[in-house]
Amino acid sequence: MTTHPPALVFDNIHKSFGPVTALEGVSLEIGRGELFGLIGPDGAGKTTLMRILTTLLLPDQGAAQVLGYDVIKQWRNIRREVGYMPGRFSLYQDLSVAENLHFFATLFGTTVAENYDLIRDIYEQLEPFRKRRAGKLSGGMKQKLALCCALVHRPQILFLDEPTTGVDPVSRQEFWQILNRLQDQGITIFVSTPYMDEASLCDRVALIQDGHFLAVDKPGALAASYEHPLYAVKARDRFRLLQDVRQWPPTYQAFPFGEQLHLSTRTEIDPQQLVGYLTQQGHQEITVTPTAPTIEDRFMELMTH
Amino acid sequence: MRTIFFLLRKEFRQIFRHRVLLMLIFVMPIIQLIILANAADYEVRNILLHVIDHDLSPTSYRLVNHFQGSPHFILTSTSFNPQRGIDAINADKADLVLEIPAQFERRLLRENSAQLHLNINAINGVKAGLAQGYANNIIRNFNQDIRAEWLGLAAPPQPGRIAITYSNWFNPEMAYSAFMVPGILVMLVTLVGMFLSGINIVKEKEIGTIEQINVTPIRKSQFIIGKLLPFWIIGLVELAIGLGVGKLIFDIPMVGNLGLVFLFAAIYMLVVLGIGLLVSTITETQQQAMFISWFFLIVFILMSGLFTPIESMPLWAQRITWFNPIAYFVEVNRLILLKGSSFMDIRPHLGAMVAFAFTINGLAVWNYRKRS
Repeated sequence: MTTHPPALVFDNIHKSFGPVTALEGVSLEIGRGELFGLIGPDGAGKTTLMRILTTLLLPDQGAAQVLGYDVIKQWRNIRREVGYMPGRFSLYQDLSVAENLHFFATLFGTTVAENYDLIRDIYEQLEPFRKRRAGKLSGGMKQKLALCCALVHRPQILFLDEPTTGVDPVSRQEFWQILNRLQDQGITIFVSTPYMDEASLCDRVALIQDGHFLAVDKPGALAASYEHPLYAVKARDRFRLLQDVRQWPPTYQAFPFGEQLHLSTRTEIDPQQLVGYLTQQGHQEITVTPTAPTIEDRFMELMTH
Repeated sequence: MRTIFFLLRKEFRQIFRHRVLLMLIFVMPIIQLIILANAADYEVRNILLHVIDHDLSPTSYRLVNHFQGSPHFILTSTSFNPQRGIDAINADKADLVLEIPAQFERRLLRENSAQLHLNINAINGVKAGLAQGYANNIIRNFNQDIRAEWLGLAAPPQPGRIAITYSNWFNPEMAYSAFMVPGILVMLVTLVGMFLSGINIVKEKEIGTIEQINVTPIRKSQFIIGKLLPFWIIGLVELAIGLGVGKLIFDIPMVGNLGLVFLFAAIYMLVVLGIGLLVSTITETQQQAMFISWFFLIVFILMSGLFTPIESMPLWAQRITWFNPIAYFVEVNRLILLKGSSFMDIRPHLGAMVAFAFTINGLAVWNYRKRS
């Protein structure tokens, strides 16, 4: 019995574009069937890494293997086995839904019928528009078509570059459900996203910033590794609240978190102590409640400390 | 092979769905052919003539009549003041001022010689040269006419006079359309090959579809062939249409073997497609590709011998035209269609074209292969 090589291994990958360094020595190993999330802000190096792993870019330094194939020497083998969905819609806008799908199937030497079971769930939603030009589809439909085209040759590993950016919340949720179903079929998925809330939907995530991995772990473990006491703080004037909280001596870090403010302190505090301080600063409708840390808290900590 | 077939099908689908592109490929060239072939004509008509006749004799009157009888001149004004003639040129109301001095007739009779004065507006050198030529011709004819009359029919012919008769080979009626159409056809075919192919490839870069193509196992050579072959086919079809239009509307001669024209065009298209491909490798947007192609196209066309003969260019410019594929095709097209040149006659041109095709495409593919 032969052991399968891991889905994805890369070691010490460097890449710069002129004076700009996009990746500064990132390393990782991803197992078969994993749903792995690459989380980071815009410009962190997510797309560059994705393009190196899909053999579209050459790394300046370091080695990478996809399904055991070297990205530099065995790129042709890799291209047969991976599906890639770029961040920007990259299908032919002047071809119809069906034409795009058939075209990409033929480029991989296969047919839509052969792998229809894999894309059936997604394609059925596109079926009513099969004769419509891709350029005339709505955003969510375009994204589904792109996913179909990336899946049509039954890849073993799927690379998705920010698939949910600019997509409405309902479609985003739907999209993640689709990813889960694909994972059930044994497909390894490597997905990047700037949305922290999507991190918890992955098996493991890497937090990336300025070309470095800040942390690689299970989302739960990442959140749990946050050791400071955390409070959700609310008051009427949110902007001034943030400034005042940051001035407060016990504060470790504070940043806006939706409607609220996430505040962590160096040591355990009595919430009433903070309420007293804020009242003194003239704030109204103050609430301070202890809360559980999320990945975002951990990410903000790693980013700033 | 199968992959290329699918690429071609996709490419043709896209082209035939693009209404503007279709017009650009099939309608505009024909309109251009009809307009350009009719408009481009080296004959200058309608030269505006101002006459200053100080003599006002029957002879001077006859001379002016000769000018009026010519299709090239239009008598627009007359005066008795040379300054008025210059003014007319300045005001663009005259291209040529004919000044007949006083006692023109008398001197001609008595002294057997007389002077005329011509002022020519030479802003457009070609037109000025032609105007002078036409005027000289008319004056010479006039001169012969009156001599014949005055000396009487019995007079012996002048000794040593050389009579010249013309015979225009390969274009007996000097029809400019027969000369222009083969050249313009080259221009149109080039437009498709160089412009559209380059822009078409860059478009994939610009809208990002090349990313999706690049992650498939398709070979670069397949992609390039799939991109260029449609325009190769369209170029040759367009040549066929153009030749048809030339025959039907302009009745251009087709003395030589049309197969030879297409053989040459087939290789020529490889050269221009290669240029388009090369341009696409060094540009990122359709706009950039268009400007660069435009630059080359303009230089190539103006230096191709299509409008001005290469032989009239300075020597260094003639050398440059050795590297101008358009110049070869323009010449070959005229040679085959008008003169009926054979394969052996155009062998040097064909050889140059094959060399170009290899060089340009080699360069383009080498440039395309680079991965970052």
